[in-house]
Amino acid sequence: MGKIERFTNGTTGGPVFVYVQDGRIIRVTPMAFEESDAPSWQIKARGKTFSPPRKTTLAPYSFSYRSMVYSPKRNLYPMKRVDFDPNGNRNCEKRGESGYERISWDEAGDIVTNEVKRIKREFGAGAILSTAGSHHLWGNVGYRHSAYFRFANLMGFTYADHNPDSWEGWHWGGMHNWGFSHRLGIPEQYDLLEDALKNTEMIVFWSSDPEATNGIYSAFEHTSRRQWLKELGIKMVFIDPFYNHTAGMYSDKWFAPRPETGNALACAIAFVWITEDLYDKDYIESRTVGFEKWKEYILGKEDGLPKTPAWAEVETTIPAREIRALAREWGAKKTMLAAGGLGGWGGACRAASGNEWARLMISLAAMQGMGKPGSNIWSTTQGAPCNTAFVFPGYAEGGISGDTGNSAAGFRWVYRMFSFDQPTSTSINAPMGQHIPRLKIPECILDGKYEWRGKGFCGPSIESQFHKYKYPADGYPEIQMYWRYGGSFIGTMCETNRYVKAYKTDRLPFVVNQSIWFEGEVKFADIILPACTNFERWDISEFANCSGYIPDSYTQCNHRVISLQKKCIEPLGESKSDYDIFAFMAEKLGFYGPYTNGGMKDLDWVKRYFEASELPDHISWEEFFKKGYFVVPMPEDYRPTPALRWFAEDRPKDTPDWGPHPETQEEFGKGLQTTSGKIEFDSSSLRKFDPGDEERPLIPKYITSWEGHHTTYLYNKYPLQMISPHPRFSFHTMGDAKDSWMNDVKDHRVLKEDGYYYWIIRINSKDAEERDIEEGDLVKAFNDRGAVILAAQVTERVPPGTVHSYESCADYDPLGQPGESADRSGCVNILTPSRYITNNSAGMAPNSCLVQIEKY
Amino acid sequence: MKKYNMIIDVAKCHDCNNCFLACKDEYIENDFLPISIAQPWHGHRWMDIMRKERGQYPQVDVAYRPTPCMHCDDAPCMNVCKEGTVYKREDGVVIIDPEKARGEKGLMKACPYGAIWWNEEKEVPQKCTFCAHLLDDGWAEPRCVQACPTGALKVVHTEDAEMKKIIASEDLEIYLPETKTNPRVYYKNLYRFTTSFIAGSIALQDTDECAEGAKINLRKGSKSLVSNLVTNNYGDFKLDKLPEESGDYTLEIAYEGYQSKSLTVNLEKSINLGTIFLAPS
Repeated sequence: MGKIERFTNGTTGGPVFVYVQDGRIIRVTPMAFEESDAPSWQIKARGKTFSPPRKTTLAPYSFSYRSMVYSPKRNLYPMKRVDFDPNGNRNCEKRGESGYERISWDEAGDIVTNEVKRIKREFGAGAILSTAGSHHLWGNVGYRHSAYFRFANLMGFTYADHNPDSWEGWHWGGMHNWGFSHRLGIPEQYDLLEDALKNTEMIVFWSSDPEATNGIYSAFEHTSRRQWLKELGIKMVFIDPFYNHTAGMYSDKWFAPRPETGNALACAIAFVWITEDLYDKDYIESRTVGFEKWKEYILGKEDGLPKTPAWAEVETTIPAREIRALAREWGAKKTMLAAGGLGGWGGACRAASGNEWARLMISLAAMQGMGKPGSNIWSTTQGAPCNTAFVFPGYAEGGISGDTGNSAAGFRWVYRMFSFDQPTSTSINAPMGQHIPRLKIPECILDGKYEWRGKGFCGPSIESQFHKYKYPADGYPEIQMYWRYGGSFIGTMCETNRYVKAYKTDRLPFVVNQSIWFEGEVKFADIILPACTNFERWDISEFANCSGYIPDSYTQCNHRVISLQKKCIEPLGESKSDYDIFAFMAEKLGFYGPYTNGGMKDLDWVKRYFEASELPDHISWEEFFKKGYFVVPMPEDYRPTPALRWFAEDRPKDTPDWGPHPETQEEFGKGLQTTSGKIEFDSSSLRKFDPGDEERPLIPKYITSWEGHHTTYLYNKYPLQMISPHPRFSFHTMGDAKDSWMNDVKDHRVLKEDGYYYWIIRINSKDAEERDIEEGDLVKAFNDRGAVILAAQVTERVPPGTVHSYESCADYDPLGQPGESADRSGCVNILTPSRYITNNSAGMAPNSCLVQIEKY
Repeated sequence: MKKYNMIIDVAKCHDCNNCFLACKDEYIENDFLPISIAQPWHGHRWMDIMRKERGQYPQVDVAYRPTPCMHCDDAPCMNVCKEGTVYKREDGVVIIDPEKARGEKGLMKACPYGAIWWNEEKEVPQKCTFCAHLLDDGWAEPRCVQACPTGALKVVHTEDAEMKKIIASEDLEIYLPETKTNPRVYYKNLYRFTTSFIAGSIALQDTDECAEGAKINLRKGSKSLVSNLVTNNYGDFKLDKLPEESGDYTLEIAYEGYQSKSLTVNLEKSINLGTIFLAPS
């Protein structure tokens, strides 16, 4: 046996040490720091000193990477669907059914090249549709904003714009009350850990489960901080239809409103505060506008319906007396509202009621003087002390594409990275080009036309989400080819039998799928291009640094850790890094030079990153290359600037947050992005757009869901409300299925007698008893949109009437005709509605979903 | 002589499975002879995480009990095995010799904790080794402990006399003490797994308000006081650490200005009595 070497790498679940022996990965662990690494911060609060552990934490799925690298479901060779003949019969309707045959890279490259050239010649590059999964394997060079955009921009393509799937209600709703468009409607979170440790008396977690969702990319960095808060005696209340895992650890009280009715609870809390004089009137007077109008609505003067706790009890099932008790306690204590898992986000924002939920969260926090000591919207995940001045970019800052158009923060980085060379962009993916919304790819392919408002992530301004689009754009062609890249939408989007049907038609003549694993959507490709994992290529990255629309996202971490992602092993089989696949294709397509910037390899780009960052001021390339990671030191004179304190105190902004754009403000750096510069209960942006939009009214309201307990016709047939939050044991489709060890996690999948690992749905004991369902039984969950076979977990963690199953199954395994039969791999997304949150809010609403369940 | 012990705090485990997965990462497809041969790709749970839900909606709690090999000082597997198949190292760690134990399927049944797993392909019983190969290599802790983000798993490397003090001062328990195997794995807050609670909410009939500060007394039968507390601002109470299936209790509720109430509760497993309304006196 050869010597064991320890390399460094980075994953979506944290940076890692990778142990390699004889060309094989044998172990993956979190990082432990050395004495010589930069010292950790300290916070002194309430007579105690708090300092984080001298190591990194790692998300569960990152411990199973070795099983994914060596998964039997790896795409190891270029493949061609057996009955696909690009020069003859394409048999598009057989996609998903026929098998594959191995071909050479040259054959695959030639087929794809001939098709791209033919389509460009006959239709134009706009006829090439392409998009990526929400998340890629970690690494700034390999990430989708980077190598993928550099290649695709040069080839030309119509990008299927991503809806802001984690932001939704904050983006389409919350943004209209307080701006923050450069964060897609969620707030800054700077230094709120210290503020909370010093000042907070209670935390209300509302649709928030950071122990399960890890903020974003930040593993369990904040777990010790929640333990500190608990040790200080800070009360923790949870509002979630699911008794979630953070609640399981810390909950002093759990409220489970019926799904889609949490907004009634929010209105009733406001009612108690108004009628019992439990809110910050000075703040409302000086820092907000439109409160009086909203107050009329809450008190029932607008619609004759006072939003009393008794009224809310009928909607939510939570007793009125408990709503009053919660409102009184909240009104009396300095409270952090942990709305969502990041400071914003949360399953509640991905629902028909999502817009109004985000707006009501902002409204409640405003009534309690948001920004004053101890009182804010803060989810315990971001806001650790941090050196934000140190320049190292997140993956969404343009990468090696230099494409600033698809990232809010690109302007900061690109000019350091491309001082002498060429960034890339494509006119087709500019606002004046052609677009397709990811959620409506099937409609665009099958119907050939679609209209909507808002191009994906509408970060540039509040107004940009009102912009009207249509497919095909005037003068642009219909889609002829789909270059799918990573992930599977069948397990991550909504009503996903649609995607299957869109593949099985000759309206889509050619499909390429570039992917590491043979996941659910890959089996609909004509040509498969095998990519390798981040352990098989060079890259560079920082722990939890995505930036883009989450500026300074690394404040989730206890230390800023930048790692060299060393190529630990050679790519398996004939798989290649995405960078190399694109270089190979660029050569065939004739733009190798521009793509590789004159022949650069991935390691050359890594070095370019290093040099453009502030790393060379602290460590030499040689030393960094050898050691593999760097811990960014804290400034000696660190001075905390708590989020929104400046706003509460009506001072110029003093936090590191770089938005909003000066053009949106009367006085740069002062006030919020709204027209008034204040929190707007009565939204000026919505007034300017459409004051008559009853689905998204000027003031936040309780609007009954278009798929909930009031939609009687559906509810009688499908009496269970299913919530499908972001998953705990996979990251989108990473980690799940592919014969990974995650399949053995008891709360992720259940192994049945037939040797199959079934996805779990959680059902209350009463609902289970009525249906003769016992723990572990196979059940069929269904509605008019389809059916999924799942394993039942009988539990008290959901109230009667609610069922819970995570989204993000990586596989797709129909029992019969694809797109028409029940899936047994666990894509509950087949059941969720594809309807937009509102007609003018092009976001997904998977948590507005009625189903029936029966024993299978 | 310092020996290894593990302390598992049930109250700090939220089932993230990092321990379970780190164990898989360490052992699957990796041989560490003479300590261990590779764990099969699927199926084994050298760290087995057990779930326990208590109560009924909405007064519930959920606990998880990570269960490794207990590295017992009087390990039943050592008693039933052929000479030398299972041995205890000087540092307290129990090892099944992967060569000598071939075919010894009987070892599985000997373990009262179900901690021994059968490798079908290699025909060998396998279990947690406390990552002895790593400890021998200078590691301070096994992979599961290193991976634990909540501090639920801890390693204590100390003299047995010192460990005794820790057991007493931290109120540690062993799981299944009746088996008398002298485990080296200790639990904190094991009551979340082994005992039950009586919970409920007190409300006032006339005002429909939560009764904060109501006095609750729990008596065994009608006599001795078992437990008492006052309700919180939601009127909630939870009387915990009661033995399962411990029979009849009397629950007395008193709140000034309201008629007292007395209920008989037959405790089988944890129960949420729901809302109890008090009438004005």
